[in-house]
Amino acid sequence: MTLLIAALITGIGLGSMYGLVALGFQITYSVSSKVNFAQGSMVMLGAVLGFVFCEQYGFPVILGYPLAILCCGIAGILVEFFLVRPFAIRNSEAWLMATVAGGILLDNVVLFTFGNEPRTLPSNLVGESWNVFGTGVYPQQILIPIAAIGVALALHALFRHTRQGRALLAVVQNLQAAKLMGINTTVMVTGSFAISSMLAGCAGLLIAPLFSVHSDMGTLFGLKAFAVAILGGMTSAYAVMLAGFIYGLVEAGVTTYLGSSYTFIVVFALVIAVLTIKPSGLFGRAAIKKV
Amino acid sequence: MPISSPIPKLTRRAALLGAAAVLMFSAVLPAHNARAEDTVKLGLVAALSGQSAKSGEAITRGIMLAIDKINADGGVLGKPLELVSRDDEGNPGKGLVAARELAQREGVAAIIGGLDTPVSFAIVPFVNQQKIPFIGPWAAGTGITKNGADENYVFRVSAVDEYVDEAITEYLIANYGAKKPGMILINNPWGESNEKGLLKALDKRGMEHAGIEKFESNDVDVVPQLTRLKENGADSLFVVANVAPTAQVIKSLDRMGWDVPISSHWGPAGGRFTELAGKSGEKVHFIQTYLFTDAADPMFVKLQEKFPEIKTLADVTPATGIANAYDATLLTAAAIEKAGSTDGAAIRQAMYEISGIKGMIKTYDMPFTPDDQDALGPEDYTFAHFVEGQIIPIK
Repeated sequence: MTLLIAALITGIGLGSMYGLVALGFQITYSVSSKVNFAQGSMVMLGAVLGFVFCEQYGFPVILGYPLAILCCGIAGILVEFFLVRPFAIRNSEAWLMATVAGGILLDNVVLFTFGNEPRTLPSNLVGESWNVFGTGVYPQQILIPIAAIGVALALHALFRHTRQGRALLAVVQNLQAAKLMGINTTVMVTGSFAISSMLAGCAGLLIAPLFSVHSDMGTLFGLKAFAVAILGGMTSAYAVMLAGFIYGLVEAGVTTYLGSSYTFIVVFALVIAVLTIKPSGLFGRAAIKKV
Repeated sequence: MPISSPIPKLTRRAALLGAAAVLMFSAVLPAHNARAEDTVKLGLVAALSGQSAKSGEAITRGIMLAIDKINADGGVLGKPLELVSRDDEGNPGKGLVAARELAQREGVAAIIGGLDTPVSFAIVPFVNQQKIPFIGPWAAGTGITKNGADENYVFRVSAVDEYVDEAITEYLIANYGAKKPGMILINNPWGESNEKGLLKALDKRGMEHAGIEKFESNDVDVVPQLTRLKENGADSLFVVANVAPTAQVIKSLDRMGWDVPISSHWGPAGGRFTELAGKSGEKVHFIQTYLFTDAADPMFVKLQEKFPEIKTLADVTPATGIANAYDATLLTAAAIEKAGSTDGAAIRQAMYEISGIKGMIKTYDMPFTPDDQDALGPEDYTFAHFVEGQIIPIK
């Protein structure tokens, strides 16, 4: 029973993190059919900037964290402007490699500026653990899924109930028609990259107190989140979040019952198996191509 | 009508000439470099960035301190000794590329390095093939020096997993009456090396274990693995991992509220362990080969003079990296001097003949034999733990 509870708590916490980062992939893909492969580095950037603002400059969390997320948004805009747009306007797929390279570049810039040692981002929510059915839980672990679901709902509200959000949805539905309706699609695409990077930065800040802050902390998160986004079908935010939870729970389940030596083998084999059976993901719909 | 290509046709003669030119150029270049040298070069391949960077920094400091001493005493072969460093970032592929570059382009007489066991394992076949002495000041994987090569060019001035495992097993039994320890090991060749050593140590004593759990260096949460060990009745834990992963184990133990004796390899010593793991990090007892306990220690004073950023004893963590690297450099320099040349085979032979070398850890009299290329043994280990960010010996 304790094993099961431990697996569930770990799985839900990690799953919501993956879902949050994957949501970033889903947003840019929906709006522009492009993704930012530097998303993992944005997770790292959020955590590193959170550490720099709050620990090194002594900003209060209420100021330091939003500032870190804002900086991630700016980084996302830069990614779109320099690494995606120049290739997209020439109908080249080189943005794919450019964003990968951008992530590596960012990791190394952080390595040289932030330093090469892992650091800790303290949080009052990882001090005392609560006993839940025989296993310990930090309040931070409860906060992660709540924050992830909260952010997803806020995003949903933004899309449905604000002018800019509806404009973004219009771009998702039909780029040409949105353009004809006077929507500045370029701004919408750039905005989607900013939101995507802010989500990743938010995930970085949430996970950092449970982990350590260092320049290569985001690589694996980015990779797993991309698997989650593909698994979720890339078309719906709900599906991507749900896929995040499923991925996290399966990962924790395999680690708990088989051992972590098998985690990557089993989880990625399952991802391949699912995509073989359902190429458009667990909840995705096959894209219709009009000829 | 045949269409002529704008690209000239590659004839067999042209290809042969080209290949010969490349061979000549590559054969001449290193020789030319070697002739031009007015120093004896010593290579260093270590993680100077990444999770083990602090250990890499300690190794560099130890080597530089030793080089200062050697050069002040007249250098080696009448020339100053020069350090050429390369960062392997803890990556075996990068480590091998760096070793190859140091050997073939820089023409180093010997290579010190291999901070991470997987990196050392990647370099060992290359140095044995190229006949370049490779001296490990950190990586403890048993198979690094016991690599089965007929002509073994790999030496070590550091702990050896097999001996460490014996020591940490005895420590848990003697101090905590451990009867059924559990193992939580990093999932890499270093973890595997210690799994074998720990199983051997437990077998020797007829003891059972509560399980062998592996984890990845980027695992956020190790609670599932630790819960399995706890459910299997573990009364103590062996931990083998570097700083950040060991900190993840301690955080997970804290979360579970499981207060259990922990005996560890020296991984936690390589960085800001208690910052990452919190106060509970002080409960981890690990082995060391050297510790600075007094700020008046002449070697500590020399370190402060050389590296003004060192203010307190806490700034020379891990001391073991400094001492191992310092001693390894002195031994290597002595062997080069005894060999009378920078020829790898001659240096290797001289390694078996050096004597009376006064290092930081001990005085070395014939520290290496062809059957045992490790200069340090269990008698050179001491147990320590962190207190207020400083490594303190356990009395």
